[in-house]
Amino acid sequence: MRLSGIGLACVRGGREVFSGLGFELASGEALAITGRNGAGKSSLLRIIAGLLHPAAGQLRLDGAAETERTLPEQAHYLGHRDALKPALTVTENLAFWRDMLGGTGGDLADTLAACGIGHAALLPAGFLSAGQRRRLSMARLLVAKRPVWLLDEPTSALDADGQLLVARLMGEHLAAGGLILAATHGPLGIPARRLAIGAEP
Amino acid sequence: MRALIRRDLSLAWRAGGGALIGVLFFLTVVVLMPFAVGPDLALLKRLGPAILWLGALLSSLLTLDRLFTADHDDGSLDLIVMSRQSLELSCLAKALAHWLASGLPLIVAAPVLGLLLNLDLDATAAVALTLLIGTPALTLTGMIGAALAVTLRRGGLLLAVLVLPLSIPVLIFGVAACNAVVTEGVAFGAPLSILAALSLAGVVVGPVAAAAALRQGLD
Repeated sequence: MRLSGIGLACVRGGREVFSGLGFELASGEALAITGRNGAGKSSLLRIIAGLLHPAAGQLRLDGAAETERTLPEQAHYLGHRDALKPALTVTENLAFWRDMLGGTGGDLADTLAACGIGHAALLPAGFLSAGQRRRLSMARLLVAKRPVWLLDEPTSALDADGQLLVARLMGEHLAAGGLILAATHGPLGIPARRLAIGAEP
Repeated sequence: MRALIRRDLSLAWRAGGGALIGVLFFLTVVVLMPFAVGPDLALLKRLGPAILWLGALLSSLLTLDRLFTADHDDGSLDLIVMSRQSLELSCLAKALAHWLASGLPLIVAAPVLGLLLNLDLDATAAVALTLLIGTPALTLTGMIGAALAVTLRRGGLLLAVLVLPLSIPVLIFGVAACNAVVTEGVAFGAPLSILAALSLAGVVVGPVAAAAALRQGLD
């Protein structure tokens, strides 16, 4: 499977954020997107996720297993907003996203335990700390299988143990033939090619 | 689709969900009306259906405001757009859940409130029946406004302006059908059929228009 972007341009609020951006990524590869604040890292991820229309350029996904699916339907997006409902319990939140994102069963309790929040399974999500919410968001990526992961600063708010966990999960995803695009300021903890947007700080 | 309905319903019924806000508002409007109009039983009876319908319309406007904004604010809407189910079906599911959580309680409350307005059994039954048939149209047309207003700050006010013209036909035919029962000799079936037609048209147009508005408003 191969994901490529050609000549992508993004315009926000009448101002050009970036233009002429290209990248190419094959199965088992990770791309670390770097750049100063406001360079358009998150915008690029949202364009790939189909949540923002590019001003120019095109995206291609070749050789996907499920050819009838569009790119957004094959991608997981982990953004700043974590899509958790404070009134629902951790398990209910995860079960909802599993059903909604096309997951196929699997034991939720095991996944939560693997992400280090098994003890909070019956707690309303409103009581979770920022790091725990991040872990729950990572659990969402595991309960529904999608080949492309779009991660916006996946290690933010996580402790050292959590950063190792994210690195391990990303490594397993790559080993299984997945693709990862991650916007980041720090090291990801996995071998990744770099894509710098805009001038380096 | 089932997952979305189930989640929205459980969210609506938990603390802070807001399913009861609509009913409480409905209750407030209708309970205050006899005090404002005065103890004229004949007048109350004549105005009763209109008061109940107005209360239902206003309370549905009040609750529709949150239909998409909550999901937009916490990022759920992004993931719903990326799900493998068409956005139109997701919108229909949200509308259905919203109607079950905040439309249906209004219909249950209406006969009780009818007592306060000196409505007899026939008129009360007519109001409940027309609300049952007409409130889906209010929810579905309101959903279009909610989807248009979702990306705007303070979209609630805009929602009222956008939705009000679309709600007027529902109000007219809903009250007309009720009045047909109160005043003898006017056809009940015709306005009721039009009301049902409005709801059915809403089922077709509402989800498509709301999904189009959401796609346009993504940012």
